Amino acid sequence: MVNRVVVGAHYGLRGWLVQRVSAIVMALYTALFAVAVAVSRPVDHTAWKALFGQGWMRFATLLFFASLFLHAWVGMRDILMDYVKPTGLRLALEVLVILVLVGCAGWAVQMLWRT
Amino acid sequence: MPDAALKKKRPLWYNLSLLNLPLPGLVSILHRISGALLFVFAAWLLYLLDSSLASAERYDAIKASLAHPLAKLVLLGLLWAYLHHLCAGIRFLFLDVDKGIDLPTARVTSVIVLVASLALTAVVGGVLLW
Repeated sequence: MVNRVVVGAHYGLRGWLVQRVSAIVMALYTALFAVAVAVSRPVDHTAWKALFGQGWMRFATLLFFASLFLHAWVGMRDILMDYVKPTGLRLALEVLVILVLVGCAGWAVQMLWRT
Repeated sequence: MPDAALKKKRPLWYNLSLLNLPLPGLVSILHRISGALLFVFAAWLLYLLDSSLASAERYDAIKASLAHPLAKLVLLGLLWAYLHHLCAGIRFLFLDVDKGIDLPTARVTSVIVLVASLALTAVVGGVLLW
């Protein structure tokens, strides 16, 4: 019988891969965002809103946020697994991280599609 | 000296403080610290983006509140955290595919990450915040 411990996390390759794929998406978005800001030079609210109002920018920013929250989950899970040893406390903190990230994800989508 | 023999028997003391880490170790722990820092401040950064996009009034209000030196300092710190996490992350991705894993190269790329992220922070921070 396999003696598994409840850690609130999956085992193996998946988290590792999610961390790297999301990292590449965010690195590409960072370069794209830097170029977009350098080109459009948004100096006031109208220009700033227009930058995020474009279809491709919403698309790219959504992918960035999705990557960010997945990436943050794997990273925080790694940190909690390394430093928080009591299982119950770790599970509670992991759940807290998930709740914060899911809430932030909804908030991010809402601010991108608000008229 | 009577305690000379005693001293010899004492266990080795390893200095594990941050600045005494080898450079690749320093890049690694700063990657973790910067990541945790960004997580802690993520909600605040989202709030800033939300406010800046909400309306012209809230945009101006946020802009005024970020003019405070303390706010600028925190933003500069978070900018460094983001850029260090990015630069160190790119280095780790190369390490994943076995590029730059020999010690001399790993040391050189560690210095590049530390210097590049600080230089980028100074340039981007200087342009955006001042």
